[in-house]
Order: sequence, then C-alpha cells, then structure tokens
Amino acid sequence: MALELLKERWSSAINVLKVGAVKEEGGTRASAITVGGQTTLPFLLDEGGMPHRPVVAMEIFDVAPLEWPVSLLEPFGDAVKDPVKWAKKCINEFKADLICLTLKGTHPEAENISADKAVELVKNMLKEISTPLIIIGSGDKEKDNDVLARCSQATKGENCLFGLAAQDNFKTLVASCMADDHCIIADSPIDINIAKQVNILITDMGFKPEKIAMHPSTAALGYGMEYVYSIMERSRLAAFVGDKMLAMPFIIFVGQEAWKVKEAAANVADEPGWGDERMRGPLWEAATAVAMLHAGADILVMRHPEAVATVKRSIDSMMKGNND
Amino acid sequence: MLVIGELINGMYQNVEQAIKTKNRSIIHKLAKEQLEAGADMLDINAGPHGADPKETMRWLIETIREVTPAPLAIDSTKLDVVELGLKLAGEGSMINSTKADDEKLDIYVPLAKKYKAKLIGLTMDKKGVPRDKNVKCELAAKILAKCMEMDLPLEDVYIDPIVLPVNVAQAQCAELLDVLREFKLISDPPPQTVVGLSNVSQGTKQRSLINRTYLVMAVASGLSGAIVDPLDKELMDAMITAELLLNKNIYCDSYIDAYRKR
Repeated sequence: MALELLKERWSSAINVLKVGAVKEEGGTRASAITVGGQTTLPFLLDEGGMPHRPVVAMEIFDVAPLEWPVSLLEPFGDAVKDPVKWAKKCINEFKADLICLTLKGTHPEAENISADKAVELVKNMLKEISTPLIIIGSGDKEKDNDVLARCSQATKGENCLFGLAAQDNFKTLVASCMADDHCIIADSPIDINIAKQVNILITDMGFKPEKIAMHPSTAALGYGMEYVYSIMERSRLAAFVGDKMLAMPFIIFVGQEAWKVKEAAANVADEPGWGDERMRGPLWEAATAVAMLHAGADILVMRHPEAVATVKRSIDSMMKGNND
Repeated sequence: MLVIGELINGMYQNVEQAIKTKNRSIIHKLAKEQLEAGADMLDINAGPHGADPKETMRWLIETIREVTPAPLAIDSTKLDVVELGLKLAGEGSMINSTKADDEKLDIYVPLAKKYKAKLIGLTMDKKGVPRDKNVKCELAAKILAKCMEMDLPLEDVYIDPIVLPVNVAQAQCAELLDVLREFKLISDPPPQTVVGLSNVSQGTKQRSLINRTYLVMAVASGLSGAIVDPLDKELMDAMITAELLLNKNIYCDSYIDAYRKR
C-alpha cells in the first residue's frame, strides 16, 4: 500500500504586498513587484499556494562603499562611484528584480549628505531606472526622519518601500508613507513579540496592513541565522491560523549581514585554509539567502552578482516544485 | 476560541420590545456591537413569548443580514424554526442545539450536514441532565459516534456539558471542568466543546466576576467555544489573556487590541 503523507491545510493567507506603481496607477515604473499571498510554508506546493515568487533586490549605496572587500567590489568596477550607473548595472547585467538604495551617506557621522541631495538622487534614480525602488535610511533616527520624509514626498505615487520603522521610531515615517501612499518596512530585533507590536503600532495610525513588509532582523550563516529562521517560522504558523498582525511578507537584508562576517570577507592570503574568497564570499551570501527563502523570505536584499544568480536559479527550481 | 454573542434573545426585555415593535435599529446595534467586541458568531433566539416563533426568527435574521454577514447560531428547540433559520442564515451557521437521544440525533445531524452547519450536542437526553460525569462522557461519545456515522465533520460538532448555576448545583461547577478534560480522551483530535457560560451566575449577585472567573478556568480545562455576553469587556479581556497564557496567541504589548484586530 502506498504511503500517504499528511498534508497541512491552513485557514489564513499571508498578505499580498505590491511595491512600485505603473503609469495607470500614478507612478512611472515599467512594472510593479508583487510578493506574499502564500497559503503554505515555503515551497510546500502540495499543501497550498505560493502565488508570487520571492524576489531579489540588489543593494546599492549613495556613496561608494570602499570598506567592502575587494571580492565584492570587483564585479561592479567603477559603477560603485555612481549610484545610478550601479543600479542600471544591477538591473541590466545582473537581473535584479528591484533596487534597494541605502542612503548611508546621509548619516551625520558619515558624509552627512543633505536631505536635498538625497531627494535629488532618489528622483534621478527613479527617472533612470524602471524597476520599483526600496529606500533605506542611514540608521540615524533624527536624520532619517528628515531625509526619508522628504524622499517620500518627492516620490509620491511611485509606491516605493521605505524603511526602517522601529518600535522607538515609527511615527514620522508612517505618517509620510501614509500621506504619499508608499509601503513601509516594520523592523524588530529578532523578537516576535516586538515584531507583532510594531505592526500593531503602525496599523493603529491607520496604515494599511497590506502595505507593510516585516523585517524580523537578519543574521548570516554561522551567526545566529537559525534564530531568525525560528522566529520567521513561528510567525508564519501564527499567521496561517489567523494572526493578522503577523501576516506580512518578510524582507531580509542578506547582503549586509553575510558580507560582515570574516568567513565571507577574509582574503585567502590571511586565511589560507579557507580557499579563494572570490568563490567563498558569494557562496556564503547565497547559502544564507537560500536558508532564508526556506524560512519564508519574500524579498531578499543582496549584494554579490554571483550570489544573486545562484539564488535566482534556486528560486526557479523550487517554484517548479523540485530541488534539483 | 469560538465566541458566540448571546444578546439577541427574545428572553431579554430590550429584544422582546424590539420584536414587538419591529424596531430594527435595536437589533442592528446589538449585532454590530457584539461583533466589534470580539464575537465570532451571534446566537439568535426568538424568545419564549412570541405567538409565531418562525416569523420572529425570520424577522430577526433578515434584520441582522441588513448589517452583517456574520455566522449565526440558531437557538431554538423547535425543529421548523431551526430549519427556517438555517435556510435564511446560510452556510457556516450553527444549530443550538440537539439532545443526545437517538430520535433527536437522527434529525439534527442530517440537518446540520444538509445546511453545512455546525452542531451543538448537549450531554443530556430525555431523562434530563446527568449528574454523573461518566454518563456525560458516554453521551458525548454517543453524539460524536452518530456524527461520524452520518459523515458530519467532527470539527463542526461542539459538545455542551451543560453549565448549571453555582447557587443551585455548586459541586457541578468543578465537576464540569473535569468533564471538559475527560472529553479530550474521547477522540483524536479531541472534540470541540462549548458552554452557555452565563448560566453559571444565574441568580447571583456577582454575575460578571463569576462568569469571567469560570470562563478562565474552563478555557484552561480545554474549552473551545462559549456563548457569552461579549459586551462584558472584563470577561473578554480575561478570556483573551487566558488564551495568551495558554500559548494560543503570540504575545505583544498590545495583545488585547491585536485579538480584536483579527
């Protein structure tokens, strides 16, 4: 007698999140990106649906990240010095689904670039590229509240995804994104209780839950990734049985975490036993990303083109329902 | 936890009055308020006094349907009233209730199946409410067996062990908690359970406190549904907190708001 596997059936689905707006919707994107809508744990396509495949955003900075390891800078060449050129290369050559622009240079302790300059860059970026855009602040609360609010206003109608809104700093960004009809990233520090709370705080202001992406924090392979994994899994299981305050798609910043660790970044001269960093680094990033896909990631924010290619191949394969 | 709002019942003066004078706004308000307060389903009872309970049931359901598509629990001992209610209320309704006698189950189980409705099975029969918990378990098993035999999905069946007032049958209150725990051994997955909570405090001076204390105890003993007054905020907050402490929902600082946002 054939063995019949038990199949889970869930009563609720993950929200559908749409980033970007085409002309008819008041924006100028060639097409929008849609994620979420799952009625099953990742890739268990016999148990439920995954109507929208996970997507890969490539992360670029407003200022050249010269602190990046050479193995990560190399594939982009001179483009890292010009964000628009860099973004175009990511889209045209490396097939990024969308672009994540991190306004790192606006940080008061970095270049302290003004809000005016940031707005100019964002507007120019939207003019030059046709994919949807994720816009991330520098991490300085006060400066972000100024810069991101201004960028939100300047991009009204484009339905960008702005971040990060955290428990101790969300009101200004939520108000801006609500006024200008953008999506928002709800950030929490590897804590499911706070993740739920931030979603409640944001929706209490009248923000639509289906315009929220959750960032449950990211950790690299070997550095607590399994903890993030377990939080994402618990959150999904709660959402599937009806917890609407945990039913948001996940955005995961793989690149910034994977390239922080020495196992990805160290060069072979310093660590002769670890092999060529040109292969090792992208592998580290791809392995982290694929694990996050299995935890439920909907938008992966990545850096190295080879890691991006590997992960996109993985998504193709898993969406077909096989693991070749 | 399936929360069934009990306030649309002709036994209550305001509802009786609304029925008599065909005052739709009172019914609209009661329906909306109960759902906003966290009720998943509304119990509908035409009351003991009306001359034409069928007509009253029709009027109540049609009036409620003007403001909400929420599922309804058709609360009547009269078969024709129940059937009319199921017809008008649509799929996902509930029959409240049937006794455990064969002749009752042979009618109500197929009726629930026909209308894709849930069914409350009382652990009592024509001999009355048994005091002995073993007899209650036996009747519960009988109801479940009948439902299985007639192919009514067990997740749609709620066993009601019948709450009695604390000032009438005090020993039964603790006994019922044991019964709720023992019901879990009858089947796998365990059967769903429901109680008409407010009965426990009937005729007492501390109705709200007794209701909410007992509800928490029952939830901890495995109760999966209750017919309650959802406008009793302290009762609802206690229930939400009990479910949280039993790890049924994920904690956050605003967990009470989160429950109501479901």
